[in-house]
Amino acid sequence: MTKEWTIKTVIIVVVVAIMALTGIQMYRHRHFDVPFVAGPGVTKVARLSDYSPRLKGTMADTNVYFMEGKEPGGTLFLMANTHSNEPASMLASIIILENAVIEQGTLIVIPQFNNSGGRNTRPGDGYPLYFTIPTSWGGKTFRMGNRDASPLDQWPDPDVYVHYPDRQLLSYIDVRNTNRTWPGRVDGPLMERVTFGAMEIMKQQKADIGIDIHGAETMFPVTNCIVAPDKSARIATMASLTVKAMEGFDSHVEPSPSGFRGLSHREIGDYSDTMPFLLEAPIPFLDQPTGPKTEALLLEGKDPFLLSLAQQKKLFVPYDEEGWSMAKRVGQHTSVILEIARQYSKRTPERAITIRGVPRYGQLLENGVGAYFHDPEKAPKDRIFYN
Amino acid sequence: MPLIMIAYYVISAFLAAMLLWNFIREKKNVEEMIQYMIVMIPLVLRILRVK
Repeated sequence: MTKEWTIKTVIIVVVVAIMALTGIQMYRHRHFDVPFVAGPGVTKVARLSDYSPRLKGTMADTNVYFMEGKEPGGTLFLMANTHSNEPASMLASIIILENAVIEQGTLIVIPQFNNSGGRNTRPGDGYPLYFTIPTSWGGKTFRMGNRDASPLDQWPDPDVYVHYPDRQLLSYIDVRNTNRTWPGRVDGPLMERVTFGAMEIMKQQKADIGIDIHGAETMFPVTNCIVAPDKSARIATMASLTVKAMEGFDSHVEPSPSGFRGLSHREIGDYSDTMPFLLEAPIPFLDQPTGPKTEALLLEGKDPFLLSLAQQKKLFVPYDEEGWSMAKRVGQHTSVILEIARQYSKRTPERAITIRGVPRYGQLLENGVGAYFHDPEKAPKDRIFYN
Repeated sequence: MPLIMIAYYVISAFLAAMLLWNFIREKKNVEEMIQYMIVMIPLVLRILRVK
């Protein structure tokens, strides 16, 4: 072999080895599935493609869990992992899915709303690929996803995303962001088909309430809050005041801006009879000026740089040595969801939604998130679902 | 798969082939050989639908 081809062979071997090492990790991440144990409240499992047919066979299709109560009442539609790098939302929805019993009305849950985003990794930020929640029966491991759908499922991005139907010009990346593609369309880009499916569920099931669960940086002003348009503001305010008074945590109300299109809290209310709410809990992991993006930072929310910034009053939430743990975030979400349902039920008794069996903020702080997950090894096989 | 997506996969394959061709043609400059191969990585991972 000539010297030239000896060098080339070495380069090829090294590059192929790098591709194989990294590629295998990313392939495994994309195809890693998490078992969910359907709790006593789950009565039916459908697919989002049942409501948006052009999702069928794509990675954006996802499970839709129906939890129907014995008594008729209202309908609450719950979405989590709209942004898959805000995983407290998914954990809150799984706790509800695995534990809730519906006494009146119907609860519809999509724990992995942007399923493609949940199978995408974030380039450049050094995110962990997975995180594990400790439980009494071992760890339950989840994928750490990305904010946007995977380009493997929706590609290329346009130069500018022209929102449908308002034609507002949004950032190119928002075409893969399921909190910019509402209300969606049946034959639009893949993420518009996802939001279209959700709109169809809310319309067909006559959903009274639509809750989209998120997380936001401590340095972002719209954090630790309930975002609500005018039609939902009264319920949001009552829920906010009640959790503050009864459970001691803050979740203030932010108005949904009427001029910013594509957001769930805007378009669901404008294009259906459903009252939308978007929940934000602080997630220090997403802030830019932090230390390494480790699993510990994701789960505990403790960071010395944020602590320093908090002391300089640069954050929008109170922050101390305790950080902002996953249990705290998940607890905020479950309590606010339960309180929204309760406030709505009080106001509209004929459309009441009564949920029991879901732990609230204080219980999650005391027992941790893992205490409310069920062991798939011990669950009946017909109650285990993968996406 | 939409037509535009297929077109982008074709473009990626074309660019990867061009890089490979330049890598083969390069006789002396090792730095350029390495660069051609490194630039190929994301294109190959996309064509293989890994990333």
